[in-house]
Amino acid sequence: MVLVYAESHEGKFKKAALEAVAYGNETAKVLGTECAAVVIGDANEAGTLGQYGASAVHHISSDNLAHFDSQTYAAALSGAATALGAKVVILAHNSAGKSLAGRIAVKLSAGCVTAANAVPTNDGAFKVKKNVFAGKAVADYQIDSDVKVLTLSGNSIKPEVVGADITVSPLSVDVPASKIKVISTNKQQGDTAPLPEAELVVSAGRGMKDPGNWGIIEDLANAIGATTACSRPVADIGWRPHHEHVGQTGVAIKPNLYIAAGISGAIQHLAGVNSSKCIVVINKDPEAPFFKAADYGVCADLFDVVPKLTEAIKKAKAKTIY
Amino acid sequence: MKILVCISKTPETTAKIAFKDGNTAYDESGVQFIMNPYDEWYALVRAVELKEANGGTVTVINVGPATNDVVIRKALAIGADDAIRVDAEPTSAMFVAQQIAAQASGFDLVMTGKETIDYNGSEVGAMVAELLEVPYVSYATAIDMSGNTATVTREIEGGNEVSEVTTPLVISAAKGMAEQRIPNMRGIMMAKRKPLNVVAAAGGDNLVKVAAFALPADKAGVKMIDPDNMDELVRLLQEEAKVL
Ligand SMILES: Cc1cc2nc3c(=O)[nH]c(=O)nc-3n(C[C@H](O)[C@H](O)[C@H](O)COP(=O)(O)OP(=O)(O)OC[C@H]3O[C@@H](n4cnc5c(N)ncnc54)[C@H](O)[C@@H]3O)c2cc1C
Ligand SMILES: Nc1ncnc2c1ncn2[C@@H]1O[C@H](COP(=O)(O)O)[C@@H](O)[C@H]1O
Repeated sequence: MVLVYAESHEGKFKKAALEAVAYGNETAKVLGTECAAVVIGDANEAGTLGQYGASAVHHISSDNLAHFDSQTYAAALSGAATALGAKVVILAHNSAGKSLAGRIAVKLSAGCVTAANAVPTNDGAFKVKKNVFAGKAVADYQIDSDVKVLTLSGNSIKPEVVGADITVSPLSVDVPASKIKVISTNKQQGDTAPLPEAELVVSAGRGMKDPGNWGIIEDLANAIGATTACSRPVADIGWRPHHEHVGQTGVAIKPNLYIAAGISGAIQHLAGVNSSKCIVVINKDPEAPFFKAADYGVCADLFDVVPKLTEAIKKAKAKTIY
Repeated sequence: MKILVCISKTPETTAKIAFKDGNTAYDESGVQFIMNPYDEWYALVRAVELKEANGGTVTVINVGPATNDVVIRKALAIGADDAIRVDAEPTSAMFVAQQIAAQASGFDLVMTGKETIDYNGSEVGAMVAELLEVPYVSYATAIDMSGNTATVTREIEGGNEVSEVTTPLVISAAKGMAEQRIPNMRGIMMAKRKPLNVVAAAGGDNLVKVAAFALPADKAGVKMIDPDNMDELVRLLQEEAKVL
């Protein structure tokens, strides 16, 4: 059996959880088995996971799981995996999943591959692919242990409705008390998706000249509902917040669309964005290395082109409405 | 307080990527290696700052061959007091974590980088914590110590979380925790005399290996758009790329 941890926030499942269930279902098909999901905390909507391919949903509820702690959550999830006889444990490659994968692997003596981006294959050996060397290569990993732990890179699979709601069954596992005391949780305001989950990203770099010029980037992002990002130097000099920095030493993203304005396309920047499905580069220098990695390029002054692009998008959107 | 900082080496960020042995191994010939930036810029520097503020010692540990000694000496030059090198190829995250855990007894705080920038595993810290059966706070952007209580800020999706936890403890360090330090001449000279203890590997498991590397497919090439015709770009994004 394949066991997926479907992470919820106040009972709601985000894209990453649905992707993990869809991926678990595909993995189960490869292995000729079923995919079960496990939910921690509020399980009111957990039955909906059946729509995305879970054939069973197990609900763990414990006061010791009131806040996230990799130690208690790993105990709960590996306990569930053992109780249910899971051969593959799947997590999202996000903050929780990455903190848990290594721990669960130790508990289950499992081989672990993080940031998998394709459905595993199983002809003689269990293999799964991930991007390595900053997207400059793909490694096909072979896992030899009986139990395997995988985290799924975001945007690698499209969750689709393949089934119907199912009933949720309680699962009781031993969970130790947490040794971590949470003092505060601070969410940034805003209704756009956080960068690692964003499907549309508008990014800008040193070509912006001044932090006061970012309005045109925000206008473009708002026009398409995109999340904003930036190059590293721009975050380093404090023009933009750290969490917006993408690249080899920042967030690695793979949105459907990445629009980069005034970014030269240094190899360390490309490392974090070159898995994007479609890249648009706006740069006034025809020799900017970013053009080589782009699908569409506009060689012009960004202060001229970005507002024009925003207008063109608004115009096209207005058309689709009428 | 005794701090253990786990350091790894990675190819320098512009290094060429090629494979050998029938695409099963990374071709290291001619490649410059650096200390993994998260380990160097954040974990190590913050460890040294904590030592400077509160006293104690900073030990760095690396699992790797003798050629890694240059990277280890750099860590000593930045301010670590001594070093341990487990003399073995770092064949998998589990193997590395088992070696580190075997050396970690007696340390109050174990720090790793949030991930290595070559394989981006993000596994070792969590594994070490589980092997030691201690708490793990991942992607920490700040840590302060008061006695044996650590106050740690960690990144979560769309924000951050502040928590308190007592040592022993493992954390992984992300951007924001400290500012990169360039070793000065005095540091480099002192590093030469600091102890670098080479120890043998203590068993360990390799449950995962790379069966084959491949290079990604080339891009079809860029389509240049007339800057005066953004309607055309929008049309292509909608109809050709289907991303809008
Ligand atoms: C170890 C290491 C790790 C690194 N990690 C990262 C990382 O994770 N992410 C990252 O981004 N960088 C990283 N870097 C830095 C990287 O090497 C580059 O320095 C950086 O990406 C450059 O940022 P930029 O493109 O914004 O600025 P620049 O390189 O200065 O480019 C600005 C661009 O804007 C264009 N421009 C200027 N004015 C206009 C205008 N009016 N209209 C249109 N175009 C204009 C210019 O032609 C130029 O191409 C790293 C470097 C090292 C050594
Ligand atoms: N060979 C190694 N020796 C010592 N520490 C390592 C080694 N490999 C990884 N680490 C540590 O573990 C962190 C995460 O590595 P990884 O799980 O491989 O992404 C790194 O940032 C280092 O701090």
